[in-house]
Amino acid sequence: MDEVISNFFNVKVIIASRHSLLLGLGTTLRIVGLALSLAMGFGLVLSVIRGANCRITNVLVFLYIHIFRSCPSIVLLMVLYYALPFVGLKISAFAACVLAISTNGAAYYCEIFRAGIEAIDKGQIGAARALGLSYLQTMRLVVLPQALRVVLPPLTTNSMELIKGSAIAAAVAIPDLLRKAMQAQGTYLNASPIVGALVLYLLILIPLAQLVSHFEKKMRQEMQ
Amino acid sequence: MLIGLDAIGKFFFNARVISEALPYLWSGLLVTIRVGLLVTVLGFAVGLLLALVRCSHIRYVTRILGVLIRIYVDFLRSSPYLVLLVLVYFGLPFVGINLTTVVTTVVVFSACLSAFAEEIFRAAIESIEKGQTEASRALGLSFLQMMRYVIVPQAVRVAIPTLANRTVAITKAISMASAIALPDLLKEARQAAGNFANPSPLIAAAAMYIMVFFLLGMLVSYLEKKWKTNT
Repeated sequence: MDEVISNFFNVKVIIASRHSLLLGLGTTLRIVGLALSLAMGFGLVLSVIRGANCRITNVLVFLYIHIFRSCPSIVLLMVLYYALPFVGLKISAFAACVLAISTNGAAYYCEIFRAGIEAIDKGQIGAARALGLSYLQTMRLVVLPQALRVVLPPLTTNSMELIKGSAIAAAVAIPDLLRKAMQAQGTYLNASPIVGALVLYLLILIPLAQLVSHFEKKMRQEMQ
Repeated sequence: MLIGLDAIGKFFFNARVISEALPYLWSGLLVTIRVGLLVTVLGFAVGLLLALVRCSHIRYVTRILGVLIRIYVDFLRSSPYLVLLVLVYFGLPFVGINLTTVVTTVVVFSACLSAFAEEIFRAAIESIEKGQTEASRALGLSFLQMMRYVIVPQAVRVAIPTLANRTVAITKAISMASAIALPDLLKEARQAAGNFANPSPLIAAAAMYIMVFFLLGMLVSYLEKKWKTNT
């Protein structure tokens, strides 16, 4: 038991490596913040395009969603970071990571928003059109505000998955939380920094999980 | 700067390199599939077991076990896979436990899948109307008999769509294990790309992943439509 504590919960080592871990946390938060905004934004745009029901764009969106949902984000990251330079496109590891995570995320968010949009009563859209609003105005003023409230639970759950997926940055040596923790583990020959990194991730993610339960409860109450 | 189409052909779709790398890619794909199947089976089994324990109502035992299971589930559902993989693979040797990459991957991912599966099974079991439980008890069935013959068959029908989705998501995440040197498709592709100084194997691997998971996704959609429960 003592061995477990001194190797996994060693307070001295964690305190000594706290600087590294916090730097890593900063990088992770930056990656996550960028990726979340890009993914949600692009996903929203895609779902609005999808709703317009034009054959050509529907096919394009369908292709995008199926390709980027089927490709694991770490595979896409490797392609962007290691393969693109050969044809002259050299992008930083950070950019590659954000791109990989957000293109993958956008595909999922598009499906979530689409489900939300389709859940809105068709009468709303009909009334808006009858009042003379254009498609985009209908979306912006009538459909999306209602749809966003409906999809809050799956939206938050998917955001949690995106945050969990940001750990792949460590695989291309971006100094994120996990990579810094692994470096600290090598320096101090002790697994506690990784446990520290895990705790930091849990501190972000468990409140989000509680938020999901809260939203789901609210949704159920409103339905009744 | 113009990206020459010949450069794309030479570096992304080089037939010679891909054909030479194909044996390695194939063995990597087999590893990915085998690990995926193992994780799915173990994850479902443990998840169902945990859900049954949590749904039973044996006075004190269920209370304590229920809390423990809840901690297990909340912890594993909120932890990034790669952090857990690194912790088990690089951390456990400090206390003398040395696991291979394959065992580490299977243990971590099936634990995570079991956590998701427990929640899904539990929700499904609890969604079966109380009348079924009461009727079974009235007919004299024990808890295990009731579960086995009445509740679980119905609950599995409800659970399959969500479960299938979650399973495919976790199988996709298994490629992360290439970061701890699991010899899966991604790692073999990276190695081959390094050996041939040509990223075509990587592109081929990406295409293979897309094909496999596109098919799996279609399968899941089919299952969802077939077993759609009308609430």
